Amino acid sequence: MLSPIASLPLSTLIEKLRSAELRSVDLTTAFMDSIADHDAKLGAFVHLDRDVALQQAAEVDAKRDAGESQGPLAGIPVAVKDVLCMKSQPATCASRMLKGFVPPYDATVIAKLKQAGVVVIGRTNMDEFAMGSSGENSAFGPTRNPWDTERIPGGSSSGSAVAVAARMAPLSLGSDTGGSIRQPAGLCGIVGMKPTYGRVSRYGLIAYASSLDQIGPFATDVTGAALLLEAIAGHDPRDSTSVNKPVPAYSQSVDQPLAGLKIGVPVEHFAEGLAPDVEKAVRAALEVYKSLGAELKEVHLPHSKYAVATYYLIATSEASSNLARYDGVHYGHRAEKFDSLGEMYEASRGEGFGDEVKRRIMLGVFALSAGYADKYYTKALQVRRLIRSDFDAAFGEVNVIAGPVTPTAAFKLGEKTSDPLSMYLSDIYTISANLAGLPGMSIPCGFTAEGLPIGLQLQAAPFEEERLFRAARMYERETDWHTRLPPLAH
Amino acid sequence: MSYDVIIGLEVHVQLQTQTKIFCGCSTMFNPDHPNVQTCPVCLGLPGALPVLNGHGFRLAVKTALGLNCQIAPYTKWDRKQYFYPDLPKGYQISQFDLPFSHDGHVDVEIAADAKSGKAASSRRVRILRAHMEEDAGKNMHDESGSGRDSKVDLNRAGTPLVEIVTQPDLRSSDEARRFLEELKLLLTYLEVSDCNMQEGSLRCDANVNLHVHQPDGSKVATPIVEVKNLNSFRFTEQAIEHEIARQWKWFQETGIKLGDKGGYKSTRGYNPDRGETYILREKEEAADYRYFPDPDLVPVLMSESQVAEIRSEMPEAPAPRRTRFESEYQLTGYDAAVIIDQGREFADYFEGVVKTCKDGKQAANWLTQDVLRETKQREQSITEFAVRPEVLGALLDRINQKQITIKSARDVFGELLTESDQDSAVPAIGRIDEIIAAKGLAIVEDTGAIDSAIAAVLGRNAKAIADFKGGNEKAIGALIGQVMKAVKGADPQTVKEKIITAMSQS
Ligand SMILES: [Zn+2]
Repeated sequence: MLSPIASLPLSTLIEKLRSAELRSVDLTTAFMDSIADHDAKLGAFVHLDRDVALQQAAEVDAKRDAGESQGPLAGIPVAVKDVLCMKSQPATCASRMLKGFVPPYDATVIAKLKQAGVVVIGRTNMDEFAMGSSGENSAFGPTRNPWDTERIPGGSSSGSAVAVAARMAPLSLGSDTGGSIRQPAGLCGIVGMKPTYGRVSRYGLIAYASSLDQIGPFATDVTGAALLLEAIAGHDPRDSTSVNKPVPAYSQSVDQPLAGLKIGVPVEHFAEGLAPDVEKAVRAALEVYKSLGAELKEVHLPHSKYAVATYYLIATSEASSNLARYDGVHYGHRAEKFDSLGEMYEASRGEGFGDEVKRRIMLGVFALSAGYADKYYTKALQVRRLIRSDFDAAFGEVNVIAGPVTPTAAFKLGEKTSDPLSMYLSDIYTISANLAGLPGMSIPCGFTAEGLPIGLQLQAAPFEEERLFRAARMYERETDWHTRLPPLAH
Repeated sequence: MSYDVIIGLEVHVQLQTQTKIFCGCSTMFNPDHPNVQTCPVCLGLPGALPVLNGHGFRLAVKTALGLNCQIAPYTKWDRKQYFYPDLPKGYQISQFDLPFSHDGHVDVEIAADAKSGKAASSRRVRILRAHMEEDAGKNMHDESGSGRDSKVDLNRAGTPLVEIVTQPDLRSSDEARRFLEELKLLLTYLEVSDCNMQEGSLRCDANVNLHVHQPDGSKVATPIVEVKNLNSFRFTEQAIEHEIARQWKWFQETGIKLGDKGGYKSTRGYNPDRGETYILREKEEAADYRYFPDPDLVPVLMSESQVAEIRSEMPEAPAPRRTRFESEYQLTGYDAAVIIDQGREFADYFEGVVKTCKDGKQAANWLTQDVLRETKQREQSITEFAVRPEVLGALLDRINQKQITIKSARDVFGELLTESDQDSAVPAIGRIDEIIAAKGLAIVEDTGAIDSAIAAVLGRNAKAIADFKGGNEKAIGALIGQVMKAVKGADPQTVKEKIITAMSQS
């Protein structure tokens, strides 16, 4: 049974904190209790520091008592993916390789959360080094979908999605390299957003594929996601790829509907492989938009058929390089037995990394090798540009592109672990946004006959997060999918 | 059979920035306190990101402009990947296919060699490219033999470097050394690097082979050897000398050419104690660094106006300055070179002196002899030297104005230095005239005083007069001496002429 406080909508929690009807310490305790009640079954959290969280909450309460003005998220608990560095807290990326590693610094997003008075309630499980689509590639064991614990919650931000879906945290942060926020948000029936590349600083985000990684929010509703993105977005001099553009007050405009909205429906996203119940729910969502006065227009993304292949060349190439630093020399796992430097590297990396990480490193090393780089890596960069131009052309005609987040609802644990290729295809609709650097989000749009959530993906041109939030909210206020709680939470 | 020596150099130069290339850590040379100048970025901690040091990049551009290189309008950063404990990220951020600069040259003047009878000459060394990269840390291995752990110091990791790659245009170890000297002079002139070789601010790899002349007029190349990590000019020269001899002997014994079986490019180190190179890597193992563009950094765009702006901030380089000194101050090539080669401050000092005394030749004489000698004796740099250029200029001006003799000027100069050695004060111009007055060094224009002194001296030196008239010209020396003693500051030439006139009239 979920505590009554933890199942309240975020807006209510914010209001109760603001009116001093509820104290952050009590709110944090309620979510801590929720974690204690449910997480043994779900495996969403990998590290909890109750004392630190309660102390942060007490500080917010004290400031509020002193009459200091605070931001909307002050005192609200937020769970963070184990990929974000936070001073004095372990950061493992759910890998044996980083067991016991404690970063000496805060990621920029963590610093911004602290600034906003947010209570970091715990660190969430994930696919090792953010490589995976099911949450099963974790050294801590898999995370389970709260709607059906025999099923995967999606990945790689599995724990962050489940924490919010099961109301163990009202908000959480994940990272999205090929769909790692949107896909688990879709499969868990919550809201998740991947911002434009460069919108949120990557400083302190442990890199998987640097040119694709972006940090983003999970929330139970669109306004929550808007509030959290508002808190973490912005230029950061520590990240050369972060873009110096003002951050709009998303939460202020989110309730304003978009007049004359033109929605692009990409034919390529309604093709073979899309489960009928998913297609039905997504098409029904499109009808809702139509009823709100939006114009639906077919668009083409002809190069999207190459997206998965392109992604697995670029992402693995960058990963093979980004993960070279885990060599057992300066920090992280070091093998006990070795006779030479070379053996130390081999044994430490062999023992520290899981299978999927090793597979991707090997793919990447191959794609960048002399004699192959032109055929694979360089070619992939060319295709990436074509994929971006598909979107540029499409956004010349429409404001938002809508479609399914995933081809199917959540699959069973173990169902695809022996078939990496079919696993890779679960990101088929989300990957393009990373390759093109676009913002994309997933909002709940229905359930399968088995009661599994289905997500609607909305994408927009770069830096049009505000438009996305408003479009998403238009739909959300007409439906109640986002208010449904998974059976665990009843 | 004879042969040509073919040498190309790769020089790593540390740029003199306060902070590292991609983070805010200090670049101070600090080997006694390992790992204190580090942060998440240069430690390669998970999640840390590099941000380019803009000042460092400007210094790199200055370096390239000094090398007469083209500056690329678009340049990017690449990761060079290999595993080594001093490389905490598992890759070095460097530049691969689009270096920030390319295609320059350095002209090296080769002095005449009296021994071999070779005339002075000039060699244009083409620069293939200059790119920027981060330095690695330093591994320290247990040398006690007891097999203790190796240690890594990352203070140096992330120090900005420029790697300068020449074409194989050098033809002897002497030319290689001269090139390095000229390069060091240039870089210190431009204040882009201190080129301190003890601290590793300038390191050199030399690619050496021979082109052996065949009886039919064709040439055959010996296998190329890269001698790594030469950390002094002398070692570079010695290593090349050793390589030439070794390769020549080897070729005569085996006839193995470049590209033959056993004729691969190889890598060697240099042991200065034994004066020999030794093998590091036998075969050219085509190391695959899997270069690819660093996705954490954005490309750098350089417009022509930005390049022009940097160029406008640059001081005059040594080579054009030598030419200008010769024409503007009528210096000999030799004097101009001696002054310029002492470094920018010394040349600035020279120009400061000339500004006051308006006599380049005079100033050059004093700088290349007196000033150099005195600074060397005191182990001072020219900037520490007590006699400032305007003071020396004023002193030399008094020679030109015929107020004092060169010999008297040397007395004054010596006195100024003695005084400043005692009270470590910097002498003012006014002190010159005080010393001249106190020592009575002013040239006496009063011919009356000289005439009466001559009359007195001649009156009591009848024998000397007779000797002189008898053809012993040396006899006049004693007479001049006596007159000079009586009239301090008299111009010896004037005195001599007057004595001769007086004697011929008596
Ligand atoms: Zn640093």
